[in-house]
Amino acid sequence: MDKALQSERMLMHPKYVWEVPVRIYHWANALSIAILSVTGYIIGDPPAIQSASEASYSYWFGTVRYVHFIFAYVFLVNFVFRVYWGFAGNRYANWRNYIPYSKRHWMDMWEITKVDVLQVKCSNNPNLGHNALASFTYFLTFLAFLLQVLTGFGIYAAMSPAWFPQLFAWVPALLGGDLLTREIHHILMWFFILFAMVHVYLVFYHDYIERNGVTSSMIGGWKFQEEGKEEREIELDK
Amino acid sequence: MAKNQKTYYEIAIEKGYSRRDFMKLSAMMAAFLGLESSSIGQVARALETKKRPPVIWLHGQECTCCSESFIRSSHPLVADILLDQISLDYTETLMAPSGYQAEKSLHDTIEAYHGEYILMVEGSIPTKEDGVYCCIGGKTFEEVLHESVDGAKAIVAWGNCASSGCVQAAKPNPTGATPVRKLVKGKPVINVQGCPPIAEVMAGVIVHLLLFGQIPELDRLGRPKAFYSRRVHDTCYRRPNFDAGLFVQSFDDENAKRGYCLYKMGCKGPVTYNACGVTEWNNGTSFPIKSGHPCLGCSEANFWDNGPFYEHLPKFPGFGIESNADKVGLGLSVATGVGIVAHAISTNIRKRKLIQEGECEPEENES
Repeated sequence: MDKALQSERMLMHPKYVWEVPVRIYHWANALSIAILSVTGYIIGDPPAIQSASEASYSYWFGTVRYVHFIFAYVFLVNFVFRVYWGFAGNRYANWRNYIPYSKRHWMDMWEITKVDVLQVKCSNNPNLGHNALASFTYFLTFLAFLLQVLTGFGIYAAMSPAWFPQLFAWVPALLGGDLLTREIHHILMWFFILFAMVHVYLVFYHDYIERNGVTSSMIGGWKFQEEGKEEREIELDK
Repeated sequence: MAKNQKTYYEIAIEKGYSRRDFMKLSAMMAAFLGLESSSIGQVARALETKKRPPVIWLHGQECTCCSESFIRSSHPLVADILLDQISLDYTETLMAPSGYQAEKSLHDTIEAYHGEYILMVEGSIPTKEDGVYCCIGGKTFEEVLHESVDGAKAIVAWGNCASSGCVQAAKPNPTGATPVRKLVKGKPVINVQGCPPIAEVMAGVIVHLLLFGQIPELDRLGRPKAFYSRRVHDTCYRRPNFDAGLFVQSFDDENAKRGYCLYKMGCKGPVTYNACGVTEWNNGTSFPIKSGHPCLGCSEANFWDNGPFYEHLPKFPGFGIESNADKVGLGLSVATGVGIVAHAISTNIRKRKLIQEGECEPEENES
């Protein structure tokens, strides 16, 4: 029998980490980001179709934009809900995880960098929740979410008679015009694409070396922790 | 000078226009201001009874295209009455006096009508090297502006130069060209944007000032909402082609011939607020998009720096002239992909022990 399969690390305890709302948020977020990126890219660089047809026969580009606007609302509502859950949810979802206000958080980030990014150190004591570096990255993505909502609804304000987008009309004015607002919105799309690439890879990576079921944890909510390992979590002042 | 003040109606009749012409002007102005037909009478009454307010029209760093646009207004009365008459007080390009007389006329107007006159500024104000890049009558334009601002009832910034600096303020802005708004504190400045603004829009702003005696409702960038509240895109007659995804790909293709949307040709209509699609230019003859040319966004700040004119995406700062966000993004994605592969290979080598046995080397083991 293969040595790996006979590993002594067989006694793993299941721990419930991601609550149902966190999991729903994650997949709704993933879906809306995917749809927003695809439709957003098409809006930014539409395929030109050589056609002799009259405009009245088709509305496909309008539909692409419509889908983009619909999922912009889904994305926003989902994001607002996640912020709320940062206060209402369990310790792994708590907002304190994400903001690196303590020196220990920064030390942990450096530790994770050494172990997982630079790979100059070996450690086998994974966090149950987010590790320090991951949570800081999510903090940056939350900021990107916010900027994307501000710029997106900012340029949408001129196209919509609804009251809600009007709340964002100050954004293009602050930036001096719609063009820069749109440019920032477009650049941030690439941040999400790069994030998604690294994010999916790192899920594979952690599952591969840590054996704690991180991939399925976002479906079922459970992760595994080896017997005898104490919880190594970001300290929450509770 | 106070005797000089006549109503617009008196001036029109003196100039030989008929009352019918005058009423046509009133109707046109009411339409441009978005008023109901019942208020045409009010417009006519205002033009008949209200004294023409004294106007100082200053020229700074500019090309005079705003004035040129204005005198090409579709209704001859607009230029004839409004420009001809307001030029009486002071405007470098068109006034009769010159030299000391001209400067005296400016000074007299400022003194005699303190708090009453309307200050109109065409052109940006250079501020570098103490403003030496634009001197008039021995003074820098900045000094002239500050002298005129104090007694002004309202300030109109004509065109992109006065509103946001236009081409002079484009990078690297060698003269420190500055729009009026940034130099004037505590007074309302109406930014009549465009390079140049549409003549009817200019006339509409003047009539509004005259009719209501107050500045028109402005958007967040100081532009009159009556003319700048909608994007060129939203009033564009080619808009159905945009929604149908029918785009011109090059200026000589079949799609261009069919008049499809110029979005992919770098049309800035979707990010530009102006009345071009509604009033059009030169007596409603055409506007750039109607002539097959994408909108350059001339009524938006920094439109010279937001290029290229003929591409949809602006150039990406710091990555050369051919760059845009998509090219940079694609490059970063490839770099990220390479990094991921490198990291995966490294993981299988450096963490081999951990992967196979689930434990680190004893000597390396932490905690």
